[in-house]
Amino acid sequence: MPRVVITGIGVISAIGLTRDAFWRSLTAGICGIHTIHSEDFDQLRFKHAADVEGFVPEDHLPAKDLSLMDRFAQFAVVAAKEAMAQSGLELTPAMREDGAVVTGSCVGGRSAEEVGYRELYIHGRNRVHPLTIPLGMANAGASHISMQFGIQGPSYTISTACSSSAHSIGQAFQMVRSGAAPMAIAGGSEAPLYFGNLKAWEAMRVISKDTCRPFSADRSGLVLGEGAAMLVLEPLETALARGAKPIAEIVGFGMSADACHITQPSAEGPARAMRMALRDAGLAPEQVGYINAHGTATEVNDRTETAAIRLVFGPHADKLAVSSTKSMHAHTLGAAGAIEAAASALALANDVIPPTVNYTTQDPACDLDVVPNTARPQQVEACLSNSFAFGGLNAVLAFRKFA
Amino acid sequence: MSDSIQERVLKIIANTRRIPLESVRPNSTFEELGIDSLDRLNILFDLESEFDIEIDDEEAKKVQNIPEMIAGITHLVEAKAKASPES
Repeated sequence: MPRVVITGIGVISAIGLTRDAFWRSLTAGICGIHTIHSEDFDQLRFKHAADVEGFVPEDHLPAKDLSLMDRFAQFAVVAAKEAMAQSGLELTPAMREDGAVVTGSCVGGRSAEEVGYRELYIHGRNRVHPLTIPLGMANAGASHISMQFGIQGPSYTISTACSSSAHSIGQAFQMVRSGAAPMAIAGGSEAPLYFGNLKAWEAMRVISKDTCRPFSADRSGLVLGEGAAMLVLEPLETALARGAKPIAEIVGFGMSADACHITQPSAEGPARAMRMALRDAGLAPEQVGYINAHGTATEVNDRTETAAIRLVFGPHADKLAVSSTKSMHAHTLGAAGAIEAAASALALANDVIPPTVNYTTQDPACDLDVVPNTARPQQVEACLSNSFAFGGLNAVLAFRKFA
Repeated sequence: MSDSIQERVLKIIANTRRIPLESVRPNSTFEELGIDSLDRLNILFDLESEFDIEIDDEEAKKVQNIPEMIAGITHLVEAKAKASPES
């Protein structure tokens, strides 16, 4: 089977509107979470989020196209453009015909629906905007990326809550590895900070009272964020043949279902997904030096994830660096897996492990090396990126340093 | 005389968990009643509606059993009555 490499990365996040800005913030330990002052947030029990400030879609796309895209789709296309630009990939007719676009999104463009609902139920109007459906559909990101680049092969969207874009990248990886697709753009995008969705998260009682402190004894929950990340995947051979510089190699993908509870995770489900990713990659546990944790900063996630890592890695768990970059870019739901895959690939390429910021005190039930507060210069051979969704659907990606 | 706070809390637990009211005792534990974290969310939601109160996330996390839940609700209901005395 051909080896698959990442040749381009695009990121939009609360800690950077580009890949380079994102990486600088990750290594500087900058937290993108802040107090939001808005009419919506005045009516919420929580006041913090990690919104993307300063995003000007008109800088990237023609106005006539933008009116057809909700914010999450704009994020998707702009991140894909950045990834394609970095890859330098010029699509041949054959690549266009069979290339893949796989995106992940949890809520899609539902904020467009909310605008319509306000019209109907509050303003008493008997009609909604004619673009409500094309703006709201969760596959809008994939559709607009395919149109942007003329990619006509397998293109679709996966919605597995917080694992969405890890599943997307994993499936795209499998298609490129099997030869089903000559290249792929894969990742996820999310713009979930609209009132109805914020209220729904408030009702779940999992949102932090202050900030996101994964694995820290004084954590009080997750913080919602928005953003996108897209990766360009290619077979190693074709990438090298055209003189591209691989950023990192994707070597394995593992999926599992807890099959136990709609919101409570198990340790065994995530452990099986990690084992499967290692097996798929042909990696021994000892070859892994870093895990980009799911690390939501809810008590139940952090403790279960710690237990799952110990199940898989045994004594080697104490030699692993395990950080949650959600402490900086927050939980971007359907974009989380992709943003964290980008962080993982960049960590391997730059020999720096991003930290878990906002960390104060160890929770004895989360006793791994969480790289507290400060990035660590360290070369590692391979890393995992964990994504575990509500509903018990787990996706783990394995990456190897390209050298 | 309307139901006491205790009776109303027990009724909500029984309705939300869909179990017979007589199986919910004031000293039952959540474990005995098979109440998990998602059931607790539903119960908190229904308690807020029943008593027209807001239950803080951090306070809610501290509640480990039914007596603490009844005490917490009583406290919130009394605080509300004090804040807006009936004329």
